[in-house]
Amino acid sequence: MIEAVITLSGIGLLASLGLGLAAKKFAVHRNPMIDKVEQTLPGGNCGACGMAGCTAYAKAVVEEGVPVNACAPGGAETARQIAQIMGVDVSPTESRVAVLLCKGGKGESLSRFEYQGIMDCKAAMIVAGGNKACAYGCLGLGTCEQVCPFDAIHIDRTGLPVIDEEKCTGCGICVQNCPKQVLTLAPQGMRVHVRCHSHDKGGKVKKVCQVGCIGCGACVRVCPYDALSLDDGLSVMDYSRCRQCGLCIDQCPTHNITGLIQGQSKARIDPSVCTGCTRCDAVCPVDAISGQSEKPHAVDDSRCIGCGLCRSVCPVDAVTMLTFR
Amino acid sequence: MSKVWRFQGGVHPYDKKDLSRDKPIEVAGLPPRLIVPLVQHIGARCEPLVSSGELVKKGQKIGEAQGFVSAPVHAPTSGKVTKIDNFPHPLGRFLPAIEIEPDGSDEWTEDIQGREDFLSLSPDDLRAVIREKGIVGMGGAAFPTHVKLSPPQGKTIDTLIINGSECEPYLTADFRLMVEQSDKVIQGMRIMMTILGVETLFIAIEANKPEAIHAMREALGNEPFAKVVPLKVKYPQGAEKQLIKTLVNREVPSSGGLPMDVGVLVQNVGTTASIFDAVRFGIPLVERVVTVTGEGIREPKNLRVRIGTPIGYLIETCGGFLETPGKVILGGPMMGVSQYTTDIPVVKGTSGILVFPATHVHVEDPQSCIRCGTCVRVCPKNLVPSALALFAKRGLLDEAERHYALDCIECGSCAFACPAKIPLVHWLRYLKGEVLAKRARQRERETNKK
Amino acid sequence: MADQQLMLSSSPHLVSKESVSRIMRSVLVALMPATVMGVYLFGFRALLIILICSGSAVAVEAVCQKVLGRAITVTDWSALVTGLLLALNLPPGSPWWMALLGSGLAIVVGKHIYGGLGSNPFNPALVARVVLLISFPVQMTTWWQPKASFFGMTDVVTTATPLGELKTHLMLNGTLDGFTMGGLIDPLIGNIGGCIGEVSVIALALGGIYLLIRKVISWHIPVAFFGTLFLATGLFWLLNPARFINPCFHLFTGGLFLGAIYMATDMVTTPMRRSGMLIFGVGCGLITFVIRVFGGYPEGVSCSIRLMNSATPLIARFTSP
Repeated sequence: MIEAVITLSGIGLLASLGLGLAAKKFAVHRNPMIDKVEQTLPGGNCGACGMAGCTAYAKAVVEEGVPVNACAPGGAETARQIAQIMGVDVSPTESRVAVLLCKGGKGESLSRFEYQGIMDCKAAMIVAGGNKACAYGCLGLGTCEQVCPFDAIHIDRTGLPVIDEEKCTGCGICVQNCPKQVLTLAPQGMRVHVRCHSHDKGGKVKKVCQVGCIGCGACVRVCPYDALSLDDGLSVMDYSRCRQCGLCIDQCPTHNITGLIQGQSKARIDPSVCTGCTRCDAVCPVDAISGQSEKPHAVDDSRCIGCGLCRSVCPVDAVTMLTFR
Repeated sequence: MSKVWRFQGGVHPYDKKDLSRDKPIEVAGLPPRLIVPLVQHIGARCEPLVSSGELVKKGQKIGEAQGFVSAPVHAPTSGKVTKIDNFPHPLGRFLPAIEIEPDGSDEWTEDIQGREDFLSLSPDDLRAVIREKGIVGMGGAAFPTHVKLSPPQGKTIDTLIINGSECEPYLTADFRLMVEQSDKVIQGMRIMMTILGVETLFIAIEANKPEAIHAMREALGNEPFAKVVPLKVKYPQGAEKQLIKTLVNREVPSSGGLPMDVGVLVQNVGTTASIFDAVRFGIPLVERVVTVTGEGIREPKNLRVRIGTPIGYLIETCGGFLETPGKVILGGPMMGVSQYTTDIPVVKGTSGILVFPATHVHVEDPQSCIRCGTCVRVCPKNLVPSALALFAKRGLLDEAERHYALDCIECGSCAFACPAKIPLVHWLRYLKGEVLAKRARQRERETNKK
Repeated sequence: MADQQLMLSSSPHLVSKESVSRIMRSVLVALMPATVMGVYLFGFRALLIILICSGSAVAVEAVCQKVLGRAITVTDWSALVTGLLLALNLPPGSPWWMALLGSGLAIVVGKHIYGGLGSNPFNPALVARVVLLISFPVQMTTWWQPKASFFGMTDVVTTATPLGELKTHLMLNGTLDGFTMGGLIDPLIGNIGGCIGEVSVIALALGGIYLLIRKVISWHIPVAFFGTLFLATGLFWLLNPARFINPCFHLFTGGLFLGAIYMATDMVTTPMRRSGMLIFGVGCGLITFVIRVFGGYPEGVSCSIRLMNSATPLIARFTSP
C-alpha cells in the first residue's frame, strides 16, 4: 500500500517538475504589448480587419504597424484603447451596420423556377444564378446567416434576412460573402434606406417584383437635402446627407423606401403651410423640432416619439401624424 | 481485335436510347426567329460584325473571333438581324447574342467555296479553314478545334481517337450520324490525319451501338487506316481521359494535364464530320444533329437543327410535351444543364434536349452520409466525393485542395450512385468555386503586398 | 410553356435506385436465417429478446430525435438493424430489462450523441454490448444449451460456449490434453452454447452470401478477418498442437461469423476504400487472435472490432491517394 502511494506521488512530483522546467525552457517569447492589445479586442475572430483572427491582428498592430482602427466589431472604443497602448493618435471612425438592399420577399417577388439543391445562396447561384426572377434580388437561403460571426442575421418568414442592429458590429463578412451583393454597410443609426439595388428598367422591375425600385425619381425630387440620386434606373442614398426626414418614404410609388419602426407614428410638418410660429418647438418634449422664427420648421424623425403635442398646438394645421408599415 | 484496358470507377445507368435510336435524322424546319449567341465556345467571346436591321445570308460570318482561343459564328440562314442584345443562354445567364428573323429563302452567301483536292492543302491552311468556319468541339465542351489541332512545340501527337462513345443515356445524335453519314466521318478523319501526321487512329464506339460499329467498319473498307474499337458500356467511357486510358493505357496527368501531354488527341464524331463539310464544301458550322428525347416528349426524334433554333420550336416539332414537364435539360442527363425556359437557343455544343415529366423527377431530401464508400468506388478520378462535400460544408478549403478537389470532372457518377441522395456534384462545384475564389484573393493579397 | 414552373438542379439529373433504406432492408433480410435459427434453438425467450431489442431501438430513436429537435428518421430502418444485431449478440437467458437497457444505450450513446446516422465512430450494437458485459458480467456470460421444447423454461440447461470451455480447460490444465473438440457439425448448425445469433454458422453464411450478391458488403473485410485469424491460429497450432487448438475450431466458434460478416462490415465505422478495408480486416483478425489465445476473455471478436473502429480514421488517412 505504502509503495503504491510513494510510487504515484513520485511520478506526480517528477511530472510537475518536468512541466515546470518545460514551461520555463521552451517558453515562447512574446512582446507583452501584443497581449495587451489582444485583450482589448472582442475575440470574435471574424476576420473583418483582414487578418487571420484577433491574435494575428494584435501581432500585426504591434509588429507591422497595421492601423489601430481596423477592428470594426471593436469599434471606436477598441481603436481608442489600442491607440493608447501604442501611444498614437487615432481619428474616430463611425460604426456601421449591415443593411439589406432588397425588399422582395416570397410574396412580393416572383421566382423563375423550382429550385432543388443545396440550401445556400452561393450554391444556388450555380444553378442558373438562383431562382429569383429579379437578377439582383436576395435569394434568402441564408449564406449571410451562416457566416455572421455575431449571430446578428436571421432569415424571416418572407425569406429575407433581418439584421439585428444591436448585435451587428459592421465587420462586413456578410457583405463579402453575399453572391448577389445585396448587403451593404451603412452608418449606424440611419433609419431610412432604399431597399433595392436593381438597375433594371422600371417596366422590367415591375414584372418581377412588386416592391422594387423602378427609378421614377420621385424620391430624388422631394428630398430637401439632395441625399438621393438616380444611378442607371436605381435610386441611391448618400448617407452623409440624409437627415432622416422620411419625405421620400411617402413619395415612393412601390413603397420600396423603408424608414421607421413599424406602427410608430412620426410627426410631419408641411413646409408650405408652416408659418414658423415656433409653438411646436416649445412644446416638444424630446426636442425633436427645430427651425427659426417665421421660417418652416422640421421634425427630426430619429427623435420624434409620435406624441402628437405639436399637432395639437399648431394653429395652421401644418402637422400630420404618419404611421408607417 | 485491339486490346482494351479498363478505367476505374464508373456507373451503369439505364441507357434509354431505344426511345430514339431507330429514328433516322430528320431535317428540322426554320423557326420564326433564331438567336445566335456570341459565346458558344470556350475562349474569348465574338464581336458582332453586323448591326441591327442588316440583311444577312446563310453562312455569312456575323461574329468575329477574338484572339487565338476563339471561333467565329455564322448566320444559320438568310434573313434580317432584328436585335443584338443579351439573351438567355443555356449556361443559365444572359449573354450577348444576335437575333435573326429568317426570310424563308435560305440563301447561301457567296463565300462558300468547295474544293475537291482538299487533302493536298497544307496543315496550316487546313487549320485556317477550320478556324474560319467556326468549328468547335461538338461533344459538349465546345473547345475551338483549330486550337486543339495546333499542339505547341514539343508536344507531338502520335494517336488520334475519334470519340463515338456517346456514353450519356438517352442521346443518340452521334449514333445516327455514324450510321447515316459514316463517309463524312471517315473523310474528316483523313483531314485530321493530314494536319497532325498521325498514323495510329481509333474510332471508339460503345458496344450498345452495333449498327454504328458495323457502319464505320464498312466505310473504312478493306484496308482500314483506323481501328474501330467496341467498348464496354460504362459511364463515363466517353470522357477524354477515361477514353485514353481504355484505348492506349496512358494516364493523362491530373491537375491541369491535357491529352496532348501523353501524345493523344480526342475528337468527337460530330466535329469530325463538320471538319469535312468545312474543308470540302466550305460550309461553316451552322447546323448540327440534336436528339430531342425523354419520357416527356410525345415523339422523340433525331433532328438536324440550325444553330440558334429555340428549343421550344424543336419540342413542338416533336409533338410537344406528353404531360406536364418537370425538367428540361440541354445535354445528357448526367452532365446536362437544366433550363427554366424553352426560349433558349441550340448552340454548337448542344447534343440533346431531354424532357422529363414532372412525375419522373425525383424529389428526395438528402440524408446524412453513411460512409458507404460507393462514391469512392465509382469516381473515375479516384477522389473521395463524400469527404470533399464535408470540406465544402465546413469551409475547409485548404484540406479540399490537398485532396485534389479541382480534379473533379463533374461527371455525376458519385451523385448518381449515392444511396443517401446527397447532391455531391453540386457540393463539388460549390467547393471548386470557393477554392478558386480563395486563390484569387491570395493572389490579390500578394500583388498588394508588393 | 406549361403553367407549372420547371424544376432546376445541378447535374446529374438521374439517380440510381439504391437508397439507405434499401441497404438496411437487405441487412435485415440477411439476418433472417440467423434470427430464425436462434429462435428455433433457444425458444421463446430468444424471440422475446429479439422483439424487445428491435422494438425499443426504434422507439428510443424516435424519442431521442424528437427531444433533440432533429427530423425523425426511423423509416430508414437503421435503428431496427441496430436493435436486431444487439439482440443476436445477447445470451438467450438475458433478462428483459437488460435487453431494453442495451438497445437504449446502443441508440443513444452509440449513435445519437455523435450526431445520428453516419456520425458514430463505433458500431452502436457493440457499444451496448461492451457496456452490458462490464455492468452485468454474470447475465452476459450465462449460456443455455439449445433446447428441444419451444416454450419450456424448466428444462433450461446452462452450459458454456466452446471457446469458454477451451479457455477454462487451458487455465486448469495448461495443455489441450483431454479436451474434446466435439466435431464441426454442431457449430455449423448451431447446436452449441452462445449468443442468440452467433451460433449457427450456416445461417450466418447464407445471409453473408446474400449481402455479397446484393453488393451491400464487399468480400474484403470478412476474407481479411477470417484469413488472418485462420493463418495466425494455424501457425501457432502447427508450432505447438498441444497448446494451441486447430484453426478450424477458431473459425466456426464464437462470434466470428456474426462479427466478421455483419458487424465489422458496418459502413459507417469502417474505412471506405478497399485497401483500407483489408487493413481493417487484418487488424481485427490479429486482435481477435491475441485476445482469444493469450488474453483473459475467451472471445475477442467484439473487442477487436471496436478497437479497429477507432483506428478507421487513421487507416483512411494512410490509404488516401
